[in-house]
Amino acid sequence: MINIPENVEDTLELLSSGNYVSDRSLSTAVYLSLKLGRPLFLEGEAGVGKTEIAKVLSETLGRRLVRLQCYEGLDVASAVYEWNYSAQMIEIRMAEAEGLSDRDRLGDDIFSDKFLIHRPLLQALDPSADGPPVLLIDELDRTDEAFEAYLLEVLSDFQITIPEIGTVRADEPPIVIITSNRTREIHDALKRRCFYYWVDYPDAERELEILNLKAPQADARLSRQVVEFVQRLRAMDLFKVPGIAETIDWASALHQLDIIELTPDAIDDTLGVLLKYQDDIAKIRGSEAAKILDEVKNEVALAQAAN
Amino acid sequence: MRSPSPRRRTRHVSEKAIPDAARPALQAKAKLDDLADVGEVGGGKIANNIMHFARVLRAAGLPVGPGKVIEGIKAVETVGLDNRDDFYWALHAVFVNRRDQREIFDQAFHIFWRNPKLLERMASLVLPSFVDPDAQQNAEEMNRRLAEALKQDQMEMPGEGEGSQDEEEPEITVDAVMTFSANEVLQKTDFEKMSSEELEAAKRAIARMRLPIMEVPIRRFRRDARGRRIDMRATLRAALRGGGATIPLQYRKRQRRHPPLVVLCDISGSMSRYSRMILHFMHAVTNDRDRVHTFLFGTRLTNVTRQLRYKDVDEALDKVAEAVDDWSGGTRIGHSLHDFNTEWSRRVLGQGAVVLLITDGLDRDAADGLDKEIERLHMSSRRLIWLNPLLRYDRYEPKSLGARAMLPHTDEFRSIHNLESLEQLAEALSRADGHGTFQSKSWQEAAQ
Repeated sequence: MINIPENVEDTLELLSSGNYVSDRSLSTAVYLSLKLGRPLFLEGEAGVGKTEIAKVLSETLGRRLVRLQCYEGLDVASAVYEWNYSAQMIEIRMAEAEGLSDRDRLGDDIFSDKFLIHRPLLQALDPSADGPPVLLIDELDRTDEAFEAYLLEVLSDFQITIPEIGTVRADEPPIVIITSNRTREIHDALKRRCFYYWVDYPDAERELEILNLKAPQADARLSRQVVEFVQRLRAMDLFKVPGIAETIDWASALHQLDIIELTPDAIDDTLGVLLKYQDDIAKIRGSEAAKILDEVKNEVALAQAAN
Repeated sequence: MRSPSPRRRTRHVSEKAIPDAARPALQAKAKLDDLADVGEVGGGKIANNIMHFARVLRAAGLPVGPGKVIEGIKAVETVGLDNRDDFYWALHAVFVNRRDQREIFDQAFHIFWRNPKLLERMASLVLPSFVDPDAQQNAEEMNRRLAEALKQDQMEMPGEGEGSQDEEEPEITVDAVMTFSANEVLQKTDFEKMSSEELEAAKRAIARMRLPIMEVPIRRFRRDARGRRIDMRATLRAALRGGGATIPLQYRKRQRRHPPLVVLCDISGSMSRYSRMILHFMHAVTNDRDRVHTFLFGTRLTNVTRQLRYKDVDEALDKVAEAVDDWSGGTRIGHSLHDFNTEWSRRVLGQGAVVLLITDGLDRDAADGLDKEIERLHMSSRRLIWLNPLLRYDRYEPKSLGARAMLPHTDEFRSIHNLESLEQLAEALSRADGHGTFQSKSWQEAAQ
């Protein structure tokens, strides 16, 4: 069992050992969450690497990753536990065939752990040899307020009440990471129980670092240009600006097309990787893209001259 | 990271007050030693300071309770005091709950941990005028107030920033003052109090009111004897009750629920005679159900959802009047919708919301860019309902540029006929179809 880091530096190192380029502020939030055993609430635009943090933590700490993908209508049966109905039916029939008529005993039998299907939240409370697992509650904003309210008990006491059995409690609380794309506001009562962190777009330097790690095959100069181009797009008035995931995709796509330097044509052909709304694409494609590219090339040339 | 870095920000304020050795906490502690009235509590001075800091944040509108203070102290104990950044982000992780609180936290942090005494005094100056931590403008508002208070304070205490007054000093004030633009018509509106009779009448009307918004099935179920799906869990429990000899089937049924509602209301000059009525209406709707978001726009967009949540209608409207700066000015529908689309649509339209757009379609910008924005809005909402008070005139034709741009993208076009009383509005909205409702298709033809 790998122990949790002892200070912020160690956390920073831990994350980078899992190929996650973090900065000090994020490491502090992660460290606090690990050390004080409270959930970490990560909010931010799509594609800035929120989910990745949970994956990296699970990998580097050698913990099991339990993932709960939220969606509208998520209920107890698919998030927490469910009874194995067919097995229960068979059990009832068997009891009948054997002539067993002790109702209480039958009740205890069919509502026992044997017939309980553990869903992610319950799995996260199960003891594990590697230490408590990493519980990722992904895109919490997609589910409704009712489920959020249910989470309150789970996240503050790390226990789940099953009426037929009783209360299940974790020996050691899991490491909980909650992410939200902010398609609606999460209630304050839930946020209050967590450490909050807003995951922002990285600056050029950090983005280049990420790109070098995630798309190492791309040409160094191309990577530089890609990052500068994306950084400029983010400053523009677009409906949806590209996230880090799009930057990585774009660099990989350009590499696949054997492009070693950005040209206006190459940009126009691959703009769909970067921008996902037709209005945005129409705005950038053509002269605007060429204009930005000129700026980018000047910038990169200047930076190289300085070195 | 584009997030406000602790170090970068400090540039704005007197360099003299920030020593290079980055241990503001310890310095603050040392400074606090001068204060006679601070006693030793719990973890000592630093704990005490965190408590005072939390109070300041609370005064600034952040939801910081006593529990948070303890957590804050724990967090700081955990990361230690060696690194200024760690200290900053540890407190940040505890005290900040939403993105828009970041700015306030950042400013408060830098001022407080340099000189808590100064901020305390400022807080007492600023405190009574805080309205709402949520309105978007609040960060700017805070800027201005903090800056003004800071300036005032420094003039009073020449000893504080003695020696060379930095050139950067006045920059704060100038910066902040520029945050509200001079070319908008800034007007405060006073709403008359509602008489108790009016209130009664309004309540009756609201009780009767049915918005033309149907409930939609959601992916949740509840037990229902006439349902179509089998509720296995209930079935097995019932079987057990009968000893397992028979298994009586239990059923369940899909639940239904109102979709979220987003109200966008025009409060420009041409709409001013309806404003009071519409605000009463919006207050009623906001308090009637959950998942309602309310925005007002004239030349710019203001989210007034929190203000309208006050149960008392007069109090709520007072708060709204304070929060909005562009009463009865011009209308920039396209611009306001653009703000809505980029800032809010992803946050409030996520779960299939119905949008109620209340405007007369008269646009100061001559519908510049409006068609694009209304199209985007239409595509992101379940239904777009346009309520137009001008429809009460019999021979109204959607000839204005704004109306022409908007009509093709509305699902429903309704008059808010004779908008003098809430009852009539409620009646107009409750009619499922027929008089008072116009198929937007025929209007679209008229608009061509």
